[in-house]
Parts: sequence; structure tokens; C-alpha cells
Amino acid sequence: MKRFLALVCSIAVMATLLVGCGNGGDQGSTSEGGETSGITAENVKVGVIHIGDPATGSGYSYTHDQGIVAMQKNLGLKDTQIIRKNNIDDADATAIENAMRECIEEGCNIIFATSWGYMDTCAALAEEYPNVFFSHATGYQSNGKNFNHYFGRIYQARYLAGIAAGMKTETNKIGYVSAMGSENGECTSGVNAFAMGVASVNPDAVVEVKVTNNWYDPEGEGQAAQALLDSGCDVIAQHCDTNNPMIAARDEGVWGVGYNSDMTAEVGDAVLTSVVWNWGAYYTQAVKNVLDGTWVIGSKVEDYFGSMSDDLFRCTALSAQAAEGTQEAMDIAAAAIKDGSFDVFTGTYTDADGNVIGCDGVMECNDGKTMEVDGVNYAAITSYYKNVVVK
Amino acid sequence: MENKKKEPLLRVVKHAELSRGQTLLLRLLAVVQALIVGGLFIALIGYNPFEIYGTMISGCFRSAMAFQATIKFCIPMCISALGVTLAFKMKFWNIGGEGQLIMGAIFASFFALFCSDMPHYLLLLVMFIAGFVGGGLWGLIPAVCREKWGTNETLFTLMLNYIALYTISFLRDGPWRDPQAAGFNKIARFDPNATLDKVFGIQAGWIIMLVLVVLVAVYLKKTKQGYEIGVVGESRDTARYAGINVKRVVLRTMFLSGGIAGIAGMVQATGSDITLSTGVAGGVGFTGIIIAWLAQLSPAVSLLISFAFSILVKGSSVVQSTYGLSTDCADVLQGIILFFIMAMEFFIRYKIVFRGHAEKTPIAASKKKEEDEA
Repeated sequence: MKRFLALVCSIAVMATLLVGCGNGGDQGSTSEGGETSGITAENVKVGVIHIGDPATGSGYSYTHDQGIVAMQKNLGLKDTQIIRKNNIDDADATAIENAMRECIEEGCNIIFATSWGYMDTCAALAEEYPNVFFSHATGYQSNGKNFNHYFGRIYQARYLAGIAAGMKTETNKIGYVSAMGSENGECTSGVNAFAMGVASVNPDAVVEVKVTNNWYDPEGEGQAAQALLDSGCDVIAQHCDTNNPMIAARDEGVWGVGYNSDMTAEVGDAVLTSVVWNWGAYYTQAVKNVLDGTWVIGSKVEDYFGSMSDDLFRCTALSAQAAEGTQEAMDIAAAAIKDGSFDVFTGTYTDADGNVIGCDGVMECNDGKTMEVDGVNYAAITSYYKNVVVK
Repeated sequence: MENKKKEPLLRVVKHAELSRGQTLLLRLLAVVQALIVGGLFIALIGYNPFEIYGTMISGCFRSAMAFQATIKFCIPMCISALGVTLAFKMKFWNIGGEGQLIMGAIFASFFALFCSDMPHYLLLLVMFIAGFVGGGLWGLIPAVCREKWGTNETLFTLMLNYIALYTISFLRDGPWRDPQAAGFNKIARFDPNATLDKVFGIQAGWIIMLVLVVLVAVYLKKTKQGYEIGVVGESRDTARYAGINVKRVVLRTMFLSGGIAGIAGMVQATGSDITLSTGVAGGVGFTGIIIAWLAQLSPAVSLLISFAFSILVKGSSVVQSTYGLSTDCADVLQGIILFFIMAMEFFIRYKIVFRGHAEKTPIAASKKKEEDEA
């Protein structure tokens, strides 16, 4: 009987708490809507949702966080105006929602969600909180009012990295560790741009792609690189999170092309160059747009698809082991990309020997067919370029 | 000492049963000790322990939104604790709550994804039953195999967890892939019609949780079937002698145990996640085991302990962002607290005796202790 009484009591207590807070909830949500306009540098508060922990010092979350740090510095925001939620698993919808709600609770009016898996939660909460701006990396959903997506033409930098790899290879076999298979346009457009860069300087070389089927798999990424090295590749490029492929290449006495952070600094000269993001360019621009009224949360925000001329990404300085003439070849292509005459999949440019380079919108695929391509629709590029071999 | 054999330096001795008050006191002591040691850890890494603990608590209760989130974490933990409680009462070591939860979520998600045009409450009812049946069947498999071929239920239930988890990956990458997701693998967000309603701002799973707490408590204490579970747990031979159909009790109980975990999955997927993802269980099935043990298989106490756990989870999330403290530190804190509580369970039953300090028999020792205290 005593037990039963305890049971009834504890349930009663829980129920009272729930009811009490439930009533409070309605008041809470209406008071959220206080600031419909006039976000200033003093009252702007930015929440960032990270899939990893920036403290690791390299990789995806670190790179995004460096962008946030740059934005904070550029706009002179205080530390208390930035809230970071780290290690938010992008397959755990409840954790994602909780992290975002905590940001909103603490007064954030802008939330940067840096991983693809956060998209659906952003879309749902954007409806619930029309006065909070949700900005989602790499996705395809947006509502034009308080929810946008941002990404960049990173394939432009991959094209340049392909030039460095194509000039360096001696076996004419270049390995590429890709997180996802050909059905993923983000990965595949990157592979193709890289392969086109290779072909522009070395028509005999092939790009051998190995897929890990995982965005973050330290062990698998190293193993995939090792398998490519074993099959005779002497330059390894990557679209995955850790620098393990670069370490595998260095340990084999050959070369690599890194991604996300400057892997020459992390792994050494064997990394010819790295394709790195400078997310600070977007984060600064986005917050600035909100502050100066270019974007008005709740009525107008735009999607962002930055390019090399926006300084959203670049290739890091070539290492001492890069082949002679690499810098010159990259510079010519980079100039054409920056002035808009060449966008890897569209447009053409003339190289130092007078050859006209570029497929100009019609790509030859490795299955013998051709497909129409355009960088803006990178997600639709789901076939590999002609010199790509899947391993 | 006439005993020639050398006495070991330390011995573990079972002491006399403590009263309820003493046990409670020891458990509270464990919590206090854990907080002190956790505080030392916080101080060591350069933060003020009082501030951190304060933030943890306020992070759970500072607003309606915070409290709602805390309860949201509590719901699946408590329900899966209730699920394993039934099996553990029978001494059937079901550590497959995780997998049963996932299967429940998968079964319920089928209707959420493909029958979302059914009338709302009918759809919820169908999903509820589907979740229960899905989890129940997943719990029934190891029970059937044990009764038929004497397989080890601990290993069997554990392994089924992984099969369930990878079933989600399979569905996500294949048949249930969201066609709009442009080459990325995910399952679509559920239609609002297939989403559990909110009551007082929290998904209705909390009502299901409270009802289940009462139902399981009554089932175990007041019904014939509940009584049979206890008897089978104490001794299968006794149960058989008393005319209980042991096999039937085991199968029935495991179906219920898995089914309750399946309800947790259904509630989590349709109430909190609003989709089916590989994170639907996220270790909750294992946390449920710890909770059920700490509660000594009492449903009401399970509810309270689940609530305490959800404070830990929610609070440490706020602490992480407020102080820039790594999420690993929060895990360390949780670990310390669990360690002390578990260790105290040992001291509630046993004590350690040093060489030369012991009376000849443990019983004499505990008698003397009682005299000393009196």
C-alpha cells in the first residue's frame, strides 16, 4: 500500500510540474516574438550547431568555427554573443532540436546549422520561430523569409588542385577518396572538377575513386587511401573529413591533395596543396546583411552560393614538392575562374600553350555518354568524367 | 587465532540487511559524494563547481521550453526502463531494449510514412499498436530461441540490437530513402498528421509514460501474471511444481518487455524526432537498464531516476555551450555520478574487512555492529 501511495504521489508531482510549465509555455512563445526588426551589432546573438568539436583543431567543424571566429572579429561581437553547440549528432533529431531551442532560449536571432542532417529540423523550427534566422550549410531547402542554405562552388578550387596533382603524378594514376558515391552530386561534381583539372595538364592520367560511404570515418578513409596506393596511385586527393589519406600517402613516400584545412601544415610537404574553405567570408556577409537590413529576418533572406572571387575557399600555397610550372598553370586557370569566363563545367580558357580548355556545358562521361552540366546545378551531376575509374 | 591459514589483507563480508532508512541514507550519501568528486574534477579543469551545478539545474528549469525538453529526454528512458523491468523480474537478462525500441520505431514509421492520410487518431492508434508489436516480436525471438534451444539470452538480445540498428541504415539508404534528398541518404520527415500531438507543449508521450508506469506497477504487484513472473524469476523448478507453464510465462513476458520498449521507439520517432533516423535509440535502451537496476525494478522509482537522468543530459548540454566546456567533460561527470551510485549498491550489501579487524564469523561481526550502533 505504501508503495502504491508513493507511486501516486510521484505521478501527481510530475503532473503538477508538467501542467504548471505547460501554461508557462504559451506565454514564453509569444514573448519570443518581441524583436521583429532592428537587430543591431549590440543585440545580435549567433548560435552555431557543430557536428563535431572545433577543439580538435582540424577538419570540418574546426573550419566552420574558424569562420565564426573571423565573423566575430570582423563585426566586433562579444564572446557572449556567440553560442556554440558542439558534438550534435546529425542523426539524432531530438538532440538537434534541443540544441537549437537552447540557442533560441538564450536569445539567438541567427542560427548557423553547419551539417546537412540538420536540414529538416531547421525547416520545422523556422516555421515555429519566424523571427529567428536559420542558415543551413549544404542543403537544398529554404523559405526566402527566415531560412536559407549556403554553400559554394568548391569545385573551382578542386579543379586547381587537379592541376597540381596531374602535373605531379609519375604513374599517371591519381587516387581520390570520396565520402559518397556517384549518386551524391556534391561529391561527384568535386571528383569531376578535379579530374578535369588533371586532364587539362595530363590527358594520359586517370583518377581512381574509392568511396567510403561515410562523411566521417577516420579508419575507413585511411584504408581507402591505402588501397589506392597499393593499386599504384602516387597522388591521393580526398573529399572526406580526416587527414588520414594524406598521412597514408606521405608514409608511402608519395603525395597528396588535402581538403577542409591546410593539411600541408598538419602532415608536411608531401601534401602539395589543400582545398580549404574560408567560411568567415559567408558568416561575416550573412550577419552583416541582417544588421544593415539587406536581409530582414521574417520577410527576406536569400540563398548563398559563393565562388572563388568571394574568397569563400582557395587552394593553400603549394608545397616545395609540387612539380615545376604548377603555380603558373594554376594561376592561368584561377584568373579565368575569377573573371567569370571559366566555371569548370561551363566556359573555356586558353592555357599557356594556346590550347582551348573546358567542356563548356557538355561533359563526356566515363560510360561513353555525354551530359549537360552547370555548376549551379552541381547536385544533378551524378555521372563521372571520362578519365574517372571507380575502384 | 587458532586458525593456521594466513588471513588475507582484505576480505569482502556480507553484512546484515540494512533497514530501509539506512539504505536510503547510504544512497543519498553516494549522490553527495559523487557531487563532491565531480566538483573536484570541475575545479581541477578550472571552473567553479557551484556555478556549473547551478547552470545544470537552471538549464533544465529556467523556462517552460527548457523543462519541456527535459521531459522529452525523460520519456524514452523511463519507458525503456519499464520494459526491461518486466524481463529482469523474471531474471531474463534482456539487454536488447535498444533493438526492441528501434524495431518499434521502424514498425510505427512504416505507417507514418506510407499511410499518413489515415484519420489522425486512428493513425496514432495504429502506429502505437505497430510499435508495440514490432518491439514485442523483436523481444520474442530470443525468448523463443532460449526456450527451444537453450541459447544465451544476454548475447542474443545484445546482437539483435545491431541488426535492428542496421535495418534502419538499410531502409534509409534503400527502400525508404527520401526521393527529394538529392543523393543524400535520409528518411523523410513525417507528415504532421502522423505526428504525436503535444499536450502542455510536450509531446503526448509523457502521458503514455505515466500510464505505463501505473500499468506496469499494477501488473507486477496485483495480477496473477505478474506474480508468475516473480515466481519464474526466483526458481523455474518451483514455478513448474506450482503448475505454472514456464515457457508460456517467458514468451509472454518477453513479448511485453519488448513491446514496451517498442512503444518507447514509437513515441520517440513520432513525438520527438518526427522522422526515423539511426539516432532514434541513441543508447537509451542501455540507459534504461541502468535506471531499472538503480530503481530495483520499481516502476515508480524508475520514473524518478529517469527524471534525474534527463536533468543530467539536458543540464550538461547547457553547461557545454555556456562555459565552452567540452561535451566529453559532461560525460565524465555523468560517469562519476553513476560510478558512486553503483559502488554504493555494493556497500549496501557488503563490507570490506581488514586483516585482524574481523570477528570470527561475518554474522558475529554484523551482530556486534548492531550492538555498537544500539
